[in-house]
Amino acid sequence: MTQEIKDKDYAVTYDPQISTVKFSGLLSLGGPKEYKPIADLLNSIVESEPPEITLDLRELEFLNSSGISMLSKFVLGLRKKKNVQLIILGSNDMPWQGKSLKNLQKFLPSLKLQVA
Amino acid sequence: MNKTDRIFGNYFEELSEEIDSLEMTFSPSDRSIRQRWKNKRLSAQFIAEYFTAFLPIDDNDLDGERRIKEGKSAIAYVANELLENAMKFNDEASNFKVRLGVYFIEDMSVKDKEIAALLFATNSVTSEDIEKFQTFLEQLLNNDPEELYVTQVEKSMEDEHAEASGLGFLTMINDYSAKLGWKFETIDKDLPIHTVTTMARITV
Repeated sequence: MTQEIKDKDYAVTYDPQISTVKFSGLLSLGGPKEYKPIADLLNSIVESEPPEITLDLRELEFLNSSGISMLSKFVLGLRKKKNVQLIILGSNDMPWQGKSLKNLQKFLPSLKLQVA
Repeated sequence: MNKTDRIFGNYFEELSEEIDSLEMTFSPSDRSIRQRWKNKRLSAQFIAEYFTAFLPIDDNDLDGERRIKEGKSAIAYVANELLENAMKFNDEASNFKVRLGVYFIEDMSVKDKEIAALLFATNSVTSEDIEKFQTFLEQLLNNDPEELYVTQVEKSMEDEHAEASGLGFLTMINDYSAKLGWKFETIDKDLPIHTVTTMARITV
């Protein structure tokens, strides 16, 4: 069943059929406590050990450093889950993605980062 | 030198009075944190829109369009981080108004004239926080920022609820080539108020 966390400015939607979490809108929450529901959703997906997880960020226009911290921690945590392949989709239309997403590769060399 | 009056990093002090600038002030208030938090991003985006509207770019220039889009995104990110920090660390007991602003810098000394946004945020700070902040700044300025980014995230893994600290400054430096500087001051009034101004210069 699809799970969704949303507010006026953003939506984070998990579609288990395609093992994809889609982020859209503008995400600038106040810190780890406010990002917890999203971090918990991501971690719960990993717990079920799917062969692949895709984070589709192509429609995410804005992400503050607290959000980058949350994503960085999630990606680093996957080092221990060698059976789960992480794919991150980004877009060149969102300038922040070209600049900041490449950092995630440092935490997880096996990460497939596709920014097009 | 007194620790409450110090400068760190690339702080631009000598700004000509002829430089155009835009500044916003935020009073300490009891409005809900949630509401204020959302206003931060809107304020940052407004500054980005305002600044890029003055870029001398031809409307039909495709590269120019890209430059405006990238500039807007960079300014909005940096301004939002500066304001988030300023509000988070503002010493509420001081009744000091947080300030966020931008100077429009045209540097003629480099080839092809460089245009830069010099963003700044000022907040009051408790004596206790000054010390912690200055210790962190020493660490930030004396380490490779790419490596420090990894170290900070690794360190935050020890606690599920922790945030990697300093990631705002580190992403500004690593991803936006921002030059950062800080100035600690004491405002003399009946009761001294300590303030810190953070500056970030990014080429647009």
